[in-house]
Amino acid sequence: MRLYVVKRLAQALGVLWAAYTVSFLVLDYLPGDPVSAMAGAGADTGQVDPAQLAALRHEYGFDKPILAQYADYLGRAVRGDFGDSVSTGRPVTATLADALPQTLQLTGAALLLAVFLGGGLAVLATYTTRRWLRQLLLSLPPLGVSVPTFWVGLVLVELFSFRTRLFPAFGNDGLRGLVLPAVTLAVPTGALVAQVLAKSLFTALDQAYVETARAKGAGRLRIRLRHALRNASLPALTVVGLLAGQLIAGSVVVETVFSRDGLGRVTAAAVTVQDIPLVQGVVVFGALIFVAANLIVDLVYPLLDPRIVVAASRKVRPA
Amino acid sequence: MSRTLADGATAGTAGTAGTAEAVGPVGAVEAAAGLARPVEPGIDPGPANAGRGVGPRRFLLFLLRRPGLLASVLVLVLVVLAAFWPGLFTSQDPLHGVPAENFRSPGGGHWFGTDELGRDVFSRVVHGAQLSLKATLIAVGFAFVVGGLIGLVAGFVGRWVEDVLMRFVDVLLSIPSLFLSLALVTALGYGTVKVAVAVGIASVAGFARVTRAEVLRVRQAVFVEASRSCGARWYSVLGRHVLPNAAGPVIVLATLEFGAAILAVSSLSFLGYGAPPPAPEWGTLISDGRNYLANAWWLTALPGLAIAATGLATNRIARALDGEWSRQR
Repeated sequence: MRLYVVKRLAQALGVLWAAYTVSFLVLDYLPGDPVSAMAGAGADTGQVDPAQLAALRHEYGFDKPILAQYADYLGRAVRGDFGDSVSTGRPVTATLADALPQTLQLTGAALLLAVFLGGGLAVLATYTTRRWLRQLLLSLPPLGVSVPTFWVGLVLVELFSFRTRLFPAFGNDGLRGLVLPAVTLAVPTGALVAQVLAKSLFTALDQAYVETARAKGAGRLRIRLRHALRNASLPALTVVGLLAGQLIAGSVVVETVFSRDGLGRVTAAAVTVQDIPLVQGVVVFGALIFVAANLIVDLVYPLLDPRIVVAASRKVRPA
Repeated sequence: MSRTLADGATAGTAGTAGTAEAVGPVGAVEAAAGLARPVEPGIDPGPANAGRGVGPRRFLLFLLRRPGLLASVLVLVLVVLAAFWPGLFTSQDPLHGVPAENFRSPGGGHWFGTDELGRDVFSRVVHGAQLSLKATLIAVGFAFVVGGLIGLVAGFVGRWVEDVLMRFVDVLLSIPSLFLSLALVTALGYGTVKVAVAVGIASVAGFARVTRAEVLRVRQAVFVEASRSCGARWYSVLGRHVLPNAAGPVIVLATLEFGAAILAVSSLSFLGYGAPPPAPEWGTLISDGRNYLANAWWLTALPGLAIAATGLATNRIARALDGEWSRQR
């Protein structure tokens, strides 16, 4: 078990490093000049003094060769310093840390909704004996992954804020303000969870142990919740791990739709003004969330299925 | 085989992550690969269409038995027609508005109503199909070619080349695709084509993984071994045997990715990184209409329906193709 954890941790660090490198490469080939953008933001009109530009360039290290810049930045990034935002001048890490709580609330709520609604839908679809209800339930997930998130958000605002005034349309205030954004963000995620769980539940219900449980007199619901769900939940858990990064990224759209403060809006603003250090910080943070979520999922697997540790310590990477 | 197919489906519908083994565990990833497999007991493809030759009559019957699929094909045909010949659907100018007729609700004269400048929204949606379809095709084409090449080389060459390429793909998978697209937009700048390329790069990983898996599967087939032992050159083995047999799942994935790319492209143009204002790109239409949400619901709701219908249609077609391909083997 210990070896398993150590291996996973090492892998996670490797992926993070590589993600940082990719983001560095992408953003370093930027055709626009971040320094002139930065200087231009300060002085609204007219020419910027070339000497001042050169000084700024030197200050941010843009005049050094790429490899030197890379080594320099990487060294700082390891220590948690992603530089200063070009547009506001505040440290990137502080900017992200300020924006994070709001976004974590949103994504956390969305994740809970997605798991419970998606999971509930899947269980209900396998539980019901009515054909039409099953068909109806199973037709919802494909719909959920096909509709644009921002559109779902706007339709919800239209229905529940402007028509019925049940929930506020904009802003960060309290639980009521969280409902619509969380539902919006939960739609695509919940749809995927439902798809995966329904499929693996159907598979699990064909297994011999279900037959045994039935023979011993277990009820339909008990079979599903106690026997099949535990076995069927592994793939769904994997999907949840994979979707964690997508949820954080989804906050860009959802927070824009609902004018909520948070990481997503910081990101959108940073892209608009070409704030490279900030965008890079966000990209690496996204990878961090992805890696961390998968790490947690990996550590939960053995609790659900003890056989996994054995298999994993024999061979960590699938061929 | 079903595993690789499903693998593709996953990457597609998730629009993104796919089945990353970057940090994912062995057995569960394999199990989770079943993500977007058709879960529709009702439309289970019957054995009626078994066999290779699918004549036009059979194809028609196949469609007629599945009203959902038929509707999907129709929707897609309409979108393609709108993209190439918008004049077929509307004679109104998408850019020219009549200020006196602004904010008309949907009705006989204006099917989708009019916007704040009195422009006909239906005509804007129809003309927007061209921009959105173009961006989507570029994105999918880019991902298909680049990802396909990476997967092909990795699967065919093997050894350290495969390791290097696939680890790179793992890294791409670990960055949430929207963040990757946004970073690319930051680097490349705004515009329909740039957004399309950004979305394309962000979906390279899925194609690479599916292509590699397929190439690996086919490469071990007996007929490939036979052709090798008969002295065929590597390129003829590749062109005659490996490629044709590996293509199926990749094409299914391309169809799925098409739906995902429509969503991704329209999200980016909704955020304001697509074509500049007067252009009627679908995502831009919705973000414009957003300002008038309180008094003109049709400005956001109806263009959104166009996106949703197109996405849903390609999803359904991809599922049908998936079933079709697996039955062919």
